[in-house]
Amino acid sequence: MNSSSGSAAGPSSGSGDGSAPRRNSKRPKYSKFTQQELPACKPILTPKWVISVFTLVGVIFVPIGIAALMASNNVVEIVDRYDTECIPANMTGDKVAYIQNDDIIKTCTRNLTVPKDMDQPIYVYYQLDNFYQNHRRYVKSRNDAQLKDADQANKTSGCDPEKTTKDGSPIVPCGLIAWSLFNDTYNFTLGNKNLSVNKNGISWKSDRDHKFGKDVYPKNFQNGTLRGGASLDLNKPLNAQEDLIVWMRTAALPTFRKLYGKIHQDLKANDIIMVTLENNYNTYSFNGKKKLVLSTSSWLGGKNDFLGIAYLTIGGLCFFLATAFTVVYLVKPRRRVLLCDTG
Amino acid sequence: MLSSSSSSPSKLSLPLLPSMASAAGDHQDARLVFVGDPDRSSSPGADVAASNAIRTTKYSLLTFIPRNLFEQFRRVAYIYFLALALLNQIPQLTVFGRQTAFLPLGTVLLLTAIKDAYEDYQRHRSDTAENNRPASVLPLRSQQAASTVRKKWKEIRVGELVRVGANETIPCDMVLLSTSDPTGVAYVQTINLDGESNLKSCYAKLETAALAPEALAGAIIRCEPPNLNIYGFQATIELRGDGPRIPLGPTNIVLRGCDIKNTSWVVGVAVYIGMETKVMLNNSGAPSKRSRLETRMNREIIVLAVIMVGICSLIAISTVIWLHSNRDKLDTLPFYRRKDYSRVPPRDYLYNGLGLEMLFAFLKSIFRFQNFIPISLYISMELSRLMQSFMMTQDESMCHEATGNKLKCRALNINEDLGQIKYVFSDKTGTLTENKMVFQCASINGIDYVCREPLIPGEIAPHPTIVDGQVWRPKVMVNTDRKLLRLLETERDTEAGLYAVSFFLALATCNTIVPQVLDTSDPAVKLIDYQGDSPDEQALVYAAAAYGFVLIERTSGHITIDVLGDRQRCRSRMFSIKTLKGVMLGKLIPCMHRMPLAYLFRFEVLGLHAFDSDRKRMSAVICCPDNSVKLFVKGADSAMFSILDRSFDLEIVSATEMHLHTYSSLGLRTLVIGMRDFNGREFENWKACYNIASTSLSGREDLLGDIAIQVESDLRILGATGIEDKLQQGVPEAIESLRKAGIRVWVLTGDKQETAISIGYSCKLISNNTSQIIINSHSKESCKQSLEDAITMCEKLTISRTQTDGGSTGSAIVSVALIIDGPTLVHILETELEDGLYRVATTCDVVLCCRVAPLQKAGIVALIKKRTNDMTLSIGDGANDVSMIQMADVGIGISGQEGQQAVMASDFAIGQFRFLVPLLLVHGHWNYQRIGYMIIYNFYRNSVVVFLIFWYTFFSAFSLTSPITDASGFLYSAVYTALPTVMVGIYDQDLSHGALLSYPQLYGPGLRDEHYNLKLFVLNMLDSIWQSLVTAFVPFLFYSGTLDDSSLGDIWIVSVVLLVNIHLAMDVFSWNWILLVTLWGVTAIAMGCIVAIDASPSMPGYWAINNLMATKLFWLCLLCILVLALLPRFVVKAFASYLQPDDVQIVREIEKVAKRKHDGALGAPLRSSLDHQQPKS
Repeated sequence: MNSSSGSAAGPSSGSGDGSAPRRNSKRPKYSKFTQQELPACKPILTPKWVISVFTLVGVIFVPIGIAALMASNNVVEIVDRYDTECIPANMTGDKVAYIQNDDIIKTCTRNLTVPKDMDQPIYVYYQLDNFYQNHRRYVKSRNDAQLKDADQANKTSGCDPEKTTKDGSPIVPCGLIAWSLFNDTYNFTLGNKNLSVNKNGISWKSDRDHKFGKDVYPKNFQNGTLRGGASLDLNKPLNAQEDLIVWMRTAALPTFRKLYGKIHQDLKANDIIMVTLENNYNTYSFNGKKKLVLSTSSWLGGKNDFLGIAYLTIGGLCFFLATAFTVVYLVKPRRRVLLCDTG
Repeated sequence: MLSSSSSSPSKLSLPLLPSMASAAGDHQDARLVFVGDPDRSSSPGADVAASNAIRTTKYSLLTFIPRNLFEQFRRVAYIYFLALALLNQIPQLTVFGRQTAFLPLGTVLLLTAIKDAYEDYQRHRSDTAENNRPASVLPLRSQQAASTVRKKWKEIRVGELVRVGANETIPCDMVLLSTSDPTGVAYVQTINLDGESNLKSCYAKLETAALAPEALAGAIIRCEPPNLNIYGFQATIELRGDGPRIPLGPTNIVLRGCDIKNTSWVVGVAVYIGMETKVMLNNSGAPSKRSRLETRMNREIIVLAVIMVGICSLIAISTVIWLHSNRDKLDTLPFYRRKDYSRVPPRDYLYNGLGLEMLFAFLKSIFRFQNFIPISLYISMELSRLMQSFMMTQDESMCHEATGNKLKCRALNINEDLGQIKYVFSDKTGTLTENKMVFQCASINGIDYVCREPLIPGEIAPHPTIVDGQVWRPKVMVNTDRKLLRLLETERDTEAGLYAVSFFLALATCNTIVPQVLDTSDPAVKLIDYQGDSPDEQALVYAAAAYGFVLIERTSGHITIDVLGDRQRCRSRMFSIKTLKGVMLGKLIPCMHRMPLAYLFRFEVLGLHAFDSDRKRMSAVICCPDNSVKLFVKGADSAMFSILDRSFDLEIVSATEMHLHTYSSLGLRTLVIGMRDFNGREFENWKACYNIASTSLSGREDLLGDIAIQVESDLRILGATGIEDKLQQGVPEAIESLRKAGIRVWVLTGDKQETAISIGYSCKLISNNTSQIIINSHSKESCKQSLEDAITMCEKLTISRTQTDGGSTGSAIVSVALIIDGPTLVHILETELEDGLYRVATTCDVVLCCRVAPLQKAGIVALIKKRTNDMTLSIGDGANDVSMIQMADVGIGISGQEGQQAVMASDFAIGQFRFLVPLLLVHGHWNYQRIGYMIIYNFYRNSVVVFLIFWYTFFSAFSLTSPITDASGFLYSAVYTALPTVMVGIYDQDLSHGALLSYPQLYGPGLRDEHYNLKLFVLNMLDSIWQSLVTAFVPFLFYSGTLDDSSLGDIWIVSVVLLVNIHLAMDVFSWNWILLVTLWGVTAIAMGCIVAIDASPSMPGYWAINNLMATKLFWLCLLCILVLALLPRFVVKAFASYLQPDDVQIVREIEKVAKRKHDGALGAPLRSSLDHQQPKS
C-alpha cells in the first residue's frame, strides 16, 4: 500500500501559528496530539498496490500448494473398515446383541495389502464415526483436578452421570469420557513375524508430565452396572495409561482418528499384513463405523490433498485477480471524477 | 423630592388593581424569616432547609451500589444480559461456567460504576471545599453584637445576618439590608450564576440601609417559597411588629455564587440556604439526548435479535429431532448416557422430556449466542465519545482568541450527530452578529445625522467630565456627527437644539445601565465602563456620553448625569434660562430651568417600567432637577408609533419613519425614542398605582405591565436611533461553507424584515441573483393564498433552474429565498397550512424568518423535525433561543454577550458562529464516520464468533459446545478486540482537517447516511458469515479428524482475533503511532492470553496451543484462513475504490498526489487539481 508520513496539515491549520503572541492561558495547549495532527501514514489502495498484493499472495500460495500436494502424495494410507466385517454372518441382524454379549469371543482377523512402500514410523489409528466426543454432556463429564492430584481423588464434580459407584465412593478417573474408553485391540503380523506396536509416546508429552498424575491410580473404574469400554490397569498410574490420555483429548468432530500406536518397521509394497483384532467397542448401538488406519507421515502430517488444492486454488485465484485488475487498469484508466455535488 | 417608591401607603386601593389587596396580604405558604433569629426562622413548623451545606453528589457511601445499579439498569440491554446471566445459574441451562456468565455484564457495570464513583468523588470534594468556606455572621443576640463571628458556610442558617466583604462570594440567597454605600447599592457579578461578566446592581432598601444591624433584630421578612426563577423574587419586610410592609423585589436579593464587587461590604439576611438556593435549584445536568446512529442502531439490533431467535429456534428444533431419533439409545449412548446408574434405581440425569429439552435448548442457545447483540458496543461507544469530546474541546481552530472560549461539550452522547446535520437554524443577533452594538445614526426632530467622524483616542471629548479634579471618560469611543455636536454646542436654545438635548437625556436616563469607574495608568484619568444587560442600551449610553451627556452614577433612587461639559460653562451659561422658559411654553424642553448650580445633574428615578417582549419598549419616570416629571420611553418602532400622540409633529413622524426604513435597510437596529410630560394629577395617579403594584407580593409583573401600558401613551416623538450590529468575523465564509456542504441555513430572528434581509445580504445568504418570495399576511386566508402562490412560483423557478442547468452550466444559478414574518407564522404554525410552508421552505435555498417570538422559533424547528428524518441544529446565544435549542436534535449555544442561558440549554457551546464549520465539517464528519464504522464493526466482530459456534453445533449434535474456552470467549470481546475499535473510534481520520475544510462537499457522506445504513450492515453481516465459514471449515478440512477440540478452539480463537484485528487494520484510514501501538499491542496481548490460558494444567486444553504451534500444519492453516477470509473484502475494496471511488477516496488521492509533488503545503495544489477536474464531468 502506498504510504507517506508526516502530518497533512491543511491550509487552515496555519492560522494558529500567526496568532501566537495573542495566545492566552485559557487556550488549549497546542500540540500535534490535541490538534489531531499526529504524523500518520495514510495507505491508499492504488492499482500498483492491489496488483502487487494479489501477485504476492499468488507467488507464496502456489509453491506451498505444490509442495503440500507432493507431500500428501507421498503419504501411504491404508484404511480398513472392520465393524461390519467382524460380525459373524448369523448375527448381522442384531449387532448390538452381538457386541453386548460377553460370552462371544470378539476376535477377528483382517488382511491388509500394502499398496506402496511405507517407511517407518507407521502410525496406527483407529477411526470412529458418528461418535460425538464433542457433545456438551460428554465434554464436560470429567474432572481435571482429580486426574492430576492423588489428594483430590474425591473431587468428582462435573463427572455426572459417572461420578461415584452405587455406594457413593468416587470413581477415578470419573466421568463419561474415561468411562467410554475405546477397547478394541490390534495385533499385526507380517508373514509369520509379529509387527510390534509401540504404544509409548502416542500421547502429548505435556499431558503425561503435567495433566495426569504419576501417583494417581484408577479406583472403582468400570465397576458399575453398565460397562462403557476398556478397563484400566489398576497398578499403573494414570500418566502411564497412554490410551486413556489419548482418548481424553476429546475429538473436535464426530468422525475422528486417534493414535493407537506406532510401528517402527518399513513395509514393502504388496506386503500383506494380518491384523488380529478384538472387536469389543460398541459402536453398533449408534450406527458408528470403526476403521483401522495405517499411515506414514510427511512434514504436513497425514494424507491430505485438500490443503494443497486449497493453496493452489487461492494462489491461482489471486493471479487471476491480479491479471483482471491489470486489465481493468489498462482498459479503463481512472476517469477523473469530481466531487459529488450534494446541493 | 425624596424617593417615594419605598415608603408606600399600603392601605390605598385603587379600582385599577383589583387583585392587589389579596396579593399584598399574607400568603398561605409564604416563608417567614425572623431577622437575627435563626431558631425561630427554622422552627419545626417552617419548611426550611436545616443547613447551608450543599450536596451535589448523586450517591453516598451507603446508597452508591443500589442507586448506581439502578441508574445503569435503566438501559434495557443490561436487563437482558442480567436475565441471561441469572438463567444461566439454573443447572439445566448452564452454558458457561456459572461465574463467567456474569463477567461481561459485571465488567461493564464495574467500569461504569468506577467512572461514576470518580465523578461523584470529585463533586464531593468540591462540595466539601465549598461547605467549609468561611463566612462572617453577625450574632444579634449575643453580647458583643457588633463583632462578627466566623462560621463555615454550611453552618449558616435562615434568618442569620451575614456580612460579605468586597470580592467575596455570597454563601446563600440573602436579602440585602445594608451596604457600605449609604444609598444601599451593591454591585454583584453573576458570572458563576449565569456567566454574565458585567456588574449588576442590587439595592438595600433605604429604610434598612440606614439602620445599624442591631436595630434590624425582630424584623420579619415574608417571602415566596424557594423556587428556581433567578430573575424573580417577591417579598416584604416588616421592620417592627406592625410597621409598614416594605416591598422587596429581585433587585433586593443577592444570590449564592455571586461575587460582591465595587462595594466594601454588604449585610444581608439569609432567606434561602443550602439546596434551596436558586443556584442549586437551577443546577440541572446536561440534557440527555440519544444520537441518531444509536436510534438507527436499534433497528439493526432488532434484525439481529430476529436472526438470533431464528437460529435458536432452529437449534431447539434440531435438538429435539436428534433426541427423538435417538430416543431408544439415549440411556446408554456413550456420549449422552441419560441414565445415572450410580443411583438405585437408575434415574435420568439432566433430562426433562422432549418439551422441556426443547425449551432449554432454546434458552441455552440464547446464552451461547448472546454476544450477537454486542454489550461491549455500548461501553466502547461511550469511551470513544468521551475522548472525542475531549479532543474536540482541545481543537485550537475552535478556540475564540479574544475570549479564550473553547468548545464545550455538554452532551457527551451525540457527537456523531454533528456529522449528519441537514438544517441549521440560526439566531441572528449575537450569533451571526457580534452583538457589539455601535451607535451609527440618529434621527432627531426629523433630521438624519450620521455619526462617522471618529474621536481620536486620547483626544478629549468636547466636554470633558471632571469629577474631583479627575477626568472621567467613557471607556468606548463612539463616532459622532460634527453637525449634531455643533447643534448641541451652539444652538442649544433653538427648537432643534432642545429636541436634541431631550433626545440625549432620554438616552442617558431611560436605561438600566450601571456606570463603573475604572482606574487607568494615568491617575488623573478614569474610565467609565457602562455595565448592563442589554448591549443596545450600552451603545446608546456610550453615544449619549460621546455627545456630552455622561451618566456618572446610578443608585437605587437617582442617577447623576454630567450634562454638556464643565463647571464653568454650566455656571456661566446656566442654559440660558430665559430662552428655555420661552420654549417651556411650547411644552417642549426638558427639565433644565431652575437648574441647581451643580455641574452634575441629579435626576430622581421615580419608576422604571422594564422592557418586556409584549410591550417591546421600556420607560422611565424621571424627576428632573427642576422637579418636573417626565416619562422617557424607548422601544421598537412598531411598539412606539401606535402610542404616539399623532395630533401634531406629523412631518417629524413621517420623516422619522422614512429614516427608520433607511436604517433598517442598512442592516441597523432601530429604536424610537419618545417622551411625555406628567402633570401633577397624572403623576399622583401613576405614583399611587405604581407603589401598590411594586409592593404586591404576587403578580407584580403583570400589574406593573398594566400600569406601563396605561402610562405609555400620547408620546411625542423625539427621534430614532440606528445601531449597527456588527457581523461576526468569518460569518459569510462560514455560511458559504455550510451551504456548499449541503446544509440548509435558516435564519430566525426577532428583528425587522428589512434588517433581516440586509443581514441576509451581508452574510451572502441572499445575493442579487436571488429571487425573494416574501410572505407577510395577517389572516389565515391570505396566508393560504400566499403559500399557494409561493408554491407555484417555487415550481416555476425550479423548473427554469433545471432547464438552465441542462442548457449551459456556466450561467448563474437562480436561487430562491423565502422571507416570512412572525405575524404570518401565527396563522401557519400548528395549523393545516404547515404542510404548505414546509413545501415552500424546503424548495427554497434560503429561509429568513423575521419578527419571530422564541416559541415560534421552536415551532419552525418542530415543523422540520416532524416532517423529515433530517437532522436539525439550532444555534443561538440568548434566552430567546433556548426553546429552539432544546427543540433541535443538536443545540449549540454561543457563549457571547447575552449571558449563559443558551449555553446552559445547549449540547455544545462555541465562542463564535464560524466555529460551527470545523465543528460540523471536521469533527462532525470524523465522529460520524468513526461511530458509524464502530457500530458496524462491532456487529461484525461479535457475529463472526457467534456464527463460528453456530456452524459447530451441526457437528456436535446441536449440543452448543464451544471449543473456544470460556475465558477466551469472554476476553474476546472485552480484551482481545475491544481497545483497538475504541482507539480507532477516537483517532482515525479519513481525511485531514485541512482537506475537510477545503472541500465542504465532503460533509455529504453524513447527509447520505453513507457510513451506517442497512446495506452496509447486510454486507458486513454477509462478510462475517463468509469469514466464520472459512474459519470453521478450513481446520476441519486441513486436519480431517485428527484434531482435538481444545486445539480446534485455539485455532479458531487465534484466527478470529487476527482476522478481526486485520480486518480493522484494513479499514483504518490514517495510521498514527497510537493506533499502531494499540492495534498490534492488543493483538500481541491477546496471543499472550491465549497461550497463558492454555498453560494451566487444570484446563482441559492444557498446552494445546504450544503443541499446535510446533506443527507446520497449524501455520499453513492459519495463513489459509486469514487470506481466504479477507479475500472477498479486499477484492471488493480494491475494485470499488478503483472503479467507483467516493468523494473521500478521491480527495485522499488528491492529497497524496499533492503531497508527493509539493511535500507539505496542499492547499493550492488541492484546489487547482479540483478545479481542473470539474469541467470534465
